[in-house]
Amino acid sequence: MDLGGINPAVLVASLMVASVPIMLAAIGELVVEKAGVLNLGVEGMMIMGAVCGFATAVETGSPFLGFIGGALGAMALSFVFAVLTQFLQANQVATGLALTLFGLGLSSLMGQGYVGIKPPLTDVVPFGPLADLPVVGRILFDHDPMVYLSIAVIAVVWAVLKFSRMGLILRAVGENHDAAHALGYKVTRIRVLAIMFGGAMAGLGGAYLSLVRVPQWTDGITAGAGWIALAIVVFASWKPWRVLIGAYLFGGISVLQLNLQAAGARIPVEYLSMSPYLITILVLVIMSSGKGRSAMNAPAALGQNFHASR
Amino acid sequence: MTNELLRISGVTKAYPGVIANSDVSFSIAKGEIHALLGENGAGKSTLVKMIYGLVKPDSGTLHLHGQPYAPTRPSAARNAGVAMVFQHFSLFEALNVAENVALGMENPPPMRALAQKIRAVSEDYGLPLDPSRMVGDLSAGERQRVEIIRCLLQDPKLLIMDEPTSVLTPQEVEILFQTLRQLSAEGTAILYISHKLEEIRALCDEATILRRGKVVGTCTPRDVSARDMAEMMVGAVLTPPARAARKDWGDPQAALEVSGLSLASPIPFGTSLKDISFSVQRGEILGIAGVAGNGQDELLLALSGELRSAPDMVKCHGKPIGEAPPNARRAMGFVAAPEDRLGHAAAPDMSLVENALLSGAVRKDLTRNGFIDWAKTKVWAEEVVAQYDVRTPGTWVAARALSGGNLQKFLMGRELSQAPEVVIINQPTWGVDAAAAAFIRQEILNRAQDGAAVVVISQDLDDLLEVSDRFAALNEGRLTPTRPTEGLTVDEIGLMMGGAHGMEVAHHG
Repeated sequence: MDLGGINPAVLVASLMVASVPIMLAAIGELVVEKAGVLNLGVEGMMIMGAVCGFATAVETGSPFLGFIGGALGAMALSFVFAVLTQFLQANQVATGLALTLFGLGLSSLMGQGYVGIKPPLTDVVPFGPLADLPVVGRILFDHDPMVYLSIAVIAVVWAVLKFSRMGLILRAVGENHDAAHALGYKVTRIRVLAIMFGGAMAGLGGAYLSLVRVPQWTDGITAGAGWIALAIVVFASWKPWRVLIGAYLFGGISVLQLNLQAAGARIPVEYLSMSPYLITILVLVIMSSGKGRSAMNAPAALGQNFHASR
Repeated sequence: MTNELLRISGVTKAYPGVIANSDVSFSIAKGEIHALLGENGAGKSTLVKMIYGLVKPDSGTLHLHGQPYAPTRPSAARNAGVAMVFQHFSLFEALNVAENVALGMENPPPMRALAQKIRAVSEDYGLPLDPSRMVGDLSAGERQRVEIIRCLLQDPKLLIMDEPTSVLTPQEVEILFQTLRQLSAEGTAILYISHKLEEIRALCDEATILRRGKVVGTCTPRDVSARDMAEMMVGAVLTPPARAARKDWGDPQAALEVSGLSLASPIPFGTSLKDISFSVQRGEILGIAGVAGNGQDELLLALSGELRSAPDMVKCHGKPIGEAPPNARRAMGFVAAPEDRLGHAAAPDMSLVENALLSGAVRKDLTRNGFIDWAKTKVWAEEVVAQYDVRTPGTWVAARALSGGNLQKFLMGRELSQAPEVVIINQPTWGVDAAAAAFIRQEILNRAQDGAAVVVISQDLDDLLEVSDRFAALNEGRLTPTRPTEGLTVDEIGLMMGGAHGMEVAHHG
């Protein structure tokens, strides 16, 4: 079955791959924002994850260690953000933007020796005969482990936030940090941990870009994926499963525009490649125009610094 | 004293610049309702925070059940059987009742079991509550129930209540007192913090009075008059504000007339205004009562011009001004003082001079050809500081640096000294001490004497009863018909404020 030269099964399978980086980064940011912290440095953390993951995988020859390295590298950068905003009370928006710029510069420096190298290949999970099923096999059983991991992370975050005490405390801290403090919860510690989780997820997403999706190292490899991840969190109105939908939607658009280009659609390439970003802006405008609802679901203490005074 | 539950001996706590508690000692017996009495800043809150493990004393000791007791964190206090209901509710609006309760417990049972338990305990104490409702949708009285039930589920030996009645109607207060008496009869001691003397006389067995961090007296509230307690608390003789007879200004049209004002609230979890009508003559003071969150903030916004309505909904001397923005209204003689001091009434990081300019530029004529006349502004700000006894090192300090009461005095002074024709004030004496409150009330009366039409919105009935000529109450965004203040009883006022908000009945009402 072909639609204008585009095979739907291949399209779905490739959009699942395309959305892994933004999905991981977005679910990490969702946890951070649920704890009441706005970290705009997702782009910077992703690209640090991309370069650290790439370097680790190339040096060790193991993509698995590469992903670990990517997560750790981005987590280290997010820790800088945590120290600045949680202990030194720096403004979260400014610090987040600085983090992005810093990450872009540092990754470019670190990646200088790695341009033009091929990373070790990340294997597909062997499902045996399942992968040979028509359509379903191509869509569901023919991916690398990170695709399944990203969906698992969504499920785990959803369950933890909804059912566990840890999730309840996290939400409480993001909702009203003064009340949480009065009840004896360690607001700063919880937020630092959330920020580092967000960093690790962004790092995994970034490493996926350089190790699987592209796969090689170039400067500015993330190309705005971190910003899309931030938009997805708002689009999802801070609900984990909607992050999945949002990521597939945005991933789908970017895959579709590539396919349309390849199929020789008579729209100038520039319009097609700007379309995911255009849609991001459009979605954000629509989401925020319906005042009350989506605004109400935002964590009430989002972006506010907490200082335990009297 | 075998019956002793908690003994506090020689507790001292100093913060940079202030001594919050100095050598405080007293004890509480099992099942006793003990009042801790004092003005704002007398050190009540600091003391209870030490008992609840939020603050560590510099010196002095606490004993619970005769054992040394030094909680380092609230969970330690909870484990020892100490529970606390906070003055500003420590609740999470976007979470439901059961989740809020779970957050205040050490080892909460699974949600379903907890919901069952909440239902059972709330029925036992006559405080019905639905565990699955969102706290943001609850009335203030119901929110307080959430806090109380959170404490009761842990079977406390000592329950601390910090100003619990400031947000309740008189009927809701009565329900609360029944619950507290029941608890006390079951052997739970209650430390009750308040500055409402009649309530303490009605409820408490013993009282300890604090002034500037020191214990200045103890008494048995039933045997002492409220006036004597007040004077112990303030350390001075109090004089109620003087009221001259009202002049007739011979003005046929109302200075401020509101008719059929209906507006959606711009505030999340806010209350929309529904068909509000009233009018105020020159020289008249209208008092508007109501429990917090019944549309007070929205009404102030609509009158100040921050929230626009249809032109005819608000009229000034017969002229429709519903669409006029704040500065146009200021030019007509309006001044407005919102409740929220930091962030709404004042810009926290700007100096007092700058804050004076922000609301006074139009009426005090502080700009020339678009340039600010700083010299003139500074002189005016200094006048306000001197006249309203604002304790500050100077007018250059940031608004944030002033204590709540001092900032309130400055903000009231800023509005009231603009020779206003229409005054709209929300919570004029919130957080100021008794002497300053009396002064502010007197100034409000003086403005009316000068011919201004005044609307005072307040949750403090004393404010309203002392200054207002006519009285109305806001309840869920609706305004009751106005009535002359003279001859109103507290019961009638309570009913105007919505009675017990259907709280005797189990659910939504």
